[in-house]
Amino acid sequence: MEPVAIVQGTAVPLDRSDVDTDQIIPSDWLKRVERTGFEKGLFSEWRDGEDFVLNDEAYAGATILLGGPNFGTGSSREHAVWAIQQYGFAAVISSRFGPIFKNNATKNGLVPCEVDASVAEKLMAAVQADPSLEITIDVERATLEAPAIDLEASFDLSESIRTRLLGGLDDIALTLQNADAIDTFEASRPSYMA
Amino acid sequence: MATNDGAKTLSENGAKTLSEKVWDRHVVQSSDGEPDLLYIDLHLVHEVTSPQAFDGLRLSHRTVRKPNLTVATEDHNVPTTDIDQPIADPISAKQVDTLRANCDEFGVKLYSMGDINQGIVHVIGPELGMTQPGMTVVCGDSHTSTHGAFGALAFGIGTSEVEHVLATQTLPQPHQETMAITITGELPEGSTAKDVVLAVLKQVDTGGGIGAIAEFRGPVIEALSMEGRMTVCNMSIEFGAKAGLIAPDATTFEYLKGRPNAPTGADWDAAVADWSTLVTDEGATFDREVVIDGSTIVPYMTWGTNPGQVEAISGSVPNPADFADAGARDAAERALDYMGLSAGTPFRDVKVDTVFIGSCTNSRIEDLRAAAAVAKGRKVKDGMRTLVVPGSGLVKAQAEEEGLHEIFKEAGFDWREPGCSMCLAMNPDKLVVGERSASTSNRNFEGRQGRGGRTHLVSPAVAAATAIAGTFATPADLD
Ligand code: SF4
Repeated sequence: MEPVAIVQGTAVPLDRSDVDTDQIIPSDWLKRVERTGFEKGLFSEWRDGEDFVLNDEAYAGATILLGGPNFGTGSSREHAVWAIQQYGFAAVISSRFGPIFKNNATKNGLVPCEVDASVAEKLMAAVQADPSLEITIDVERATLEAPAIDLEASFDLSESIRTRLLGGLDDIALTLQNADAIDTFEASRPSYMA
Repeated sequence: MATNDGAKTLSENGAKTLSEKVWDRHVVQSSDGEPDLLYIDLHLVHEVTSPQAFDGLRLSHRTVRKPNLTVATEDHNVPTTDIDQPIADPISAKQVDTLRANCDEFGVKLYSMGDINQGIVHVIGPELGMTQPGMTVVCGDSHTSTHGAFGALAFGIGTSEVEHVLATQTLPQPHQETMAITITGELPEGSTAKDVVLAVLKQVDTGGGIGAIAEFRGPVIEALSMEGRMTVCNMSIEFGAKAGLIAPDATTFEYLKGRPNAPTGADWDAAVADWSTLVTDEGATFDREVVIDGSTIVPYMTWGTNPGQVEAISGSVPNPADFADAGARDAAERALDYMGLSAGTPFRDVKVDTVFIGSCTNSRIEDLRAAAAVAKGRKVKDGMRTLVVPGSGLVKAQAEEEGLHEIFKEAGFDWREPGCSMCLAMNPDKLVVGERSASTSNRNFEGRQGRGGRTHLVSPAVAAATAIAGTFATPADLD
């Protein structure tokens, strides 16, 4: 995955709670065996609606997806992360993420910014009022800033995930550095567990 | 705000909860500020979330580290009729073919369509005795929590993690909080395991379990069969929990004994002795606690578009204006609009078009017996579409041996081949726009069972009664 240190840009306000991964990418799209080409499937059931926010010209070119609470709940499909990323988003903001989605995001370098509910609500109102509002997400410091509305907030990011995002590190290669420990562990398992 | 992945709160007295015990047994490597590296005992694979993972292995010239701890099945895409024919949808066919080629190339055991052991991934693991107490079980599928019914630590993972487990048989995992969900007392007659978990969802909502591993406990849970426990653990993910589990006991051991992959002879005795230690210690504390009085649990259904939107079947469509929380009010309004329901309508007056009995929540033999008991000697309402989809080839065979298929057919139910089917509509079994279903599955998300479809989650007994009544009904309503 590509390293990511700073995400800077405007945001699309998706003001709904409980946007599950079935909505982010409906199951028809899950039949593909490739890892690319999912941008067309992003919110495909909602995209036909003219007033769906992703179709609003005012938000064209946004690099941040601003969601409501419980974003990315439901199915484990990593396709949801691929679709968001391939559409052009580099970060997602919500006050609470579905845990598998959040984990999948970090494996692909999509920055999940889990902020306090008050911060998410303030941002939502601000971005709805001014689509050109600039937001800067700093992975190193785990902060989110929108100077125009005097907002500076931190978000939850563990040390190990921060390192992986900043370095674009491959988790499997990191784990294989512990190959000896895995061998030792395996040798100690009960024989009936194969 | 930085959190420490290594941080963990142990009860001061050193007492451990069940999930902590299972976790601790699997730590391969642990260091400060890093997630623990956990060993994975069983990795289940299906066609939807694995192709890109196998591709990743190929690209980096890696192999499957432990093919004998990895098992694959075809379930999400498979048709439930004419399974002797090639899969008609070329994209589905390609995905299934890709799984077959990958399993062949990497030496992974695969149960294919038509094999008696084929079925929904979370049904076959337990019934083949692969899922055992104290194990870590993962699968690229959020309902992996089902296997927690055996006292295993079982959770869903994404495709990158599938690749990670294939390559290393381990997974780095940050510590989770612990959550106790205690169901006290006794279930009233007519309430089932599905109603238990819907009651939990009603109380804790879709986000209440996020960041936690939930242990279900208390007399109601202890009294459930393994099938019922699987139904409960299956839906842990619907309230956001990483996993849900139940301490193994005599019911667990009895279920496992003699199954194909269960230990035998002296190994069996050793295993049971060991498994019997997998209980939450006296004095261990949980980070979150939920208590529900089992005697208040009635037959429930969902009315909205997330599984936390639950009401009693005897009730009526809620009025969004009654929700104090603005977010919940908004969500309720949008849900009623999508579901085509108006506030105040009694559920027993809501007409249903399709009844789906199946999915990894409720497609086991006991679920089919419960539905058949209701169907017996009755007739499905005219115009009602029905699908009864057993969870696996073995469930289907068992049901046919017991004559359940005849009961269903006589009543007018459509008896199908095993698979995920209308649970997520990746195969031809779909709702059409505006069609309303009573479904024994686990998700009522918009479009989950087909574009524009309207899903209500219910128990197998309620699904069968609804098929007969034509509107939402419990078996008691039929008398
Ligand atoms: S039955 Fe439904 S929930 Fe279960 S594995 Fe299949 S698609 Fe997923």
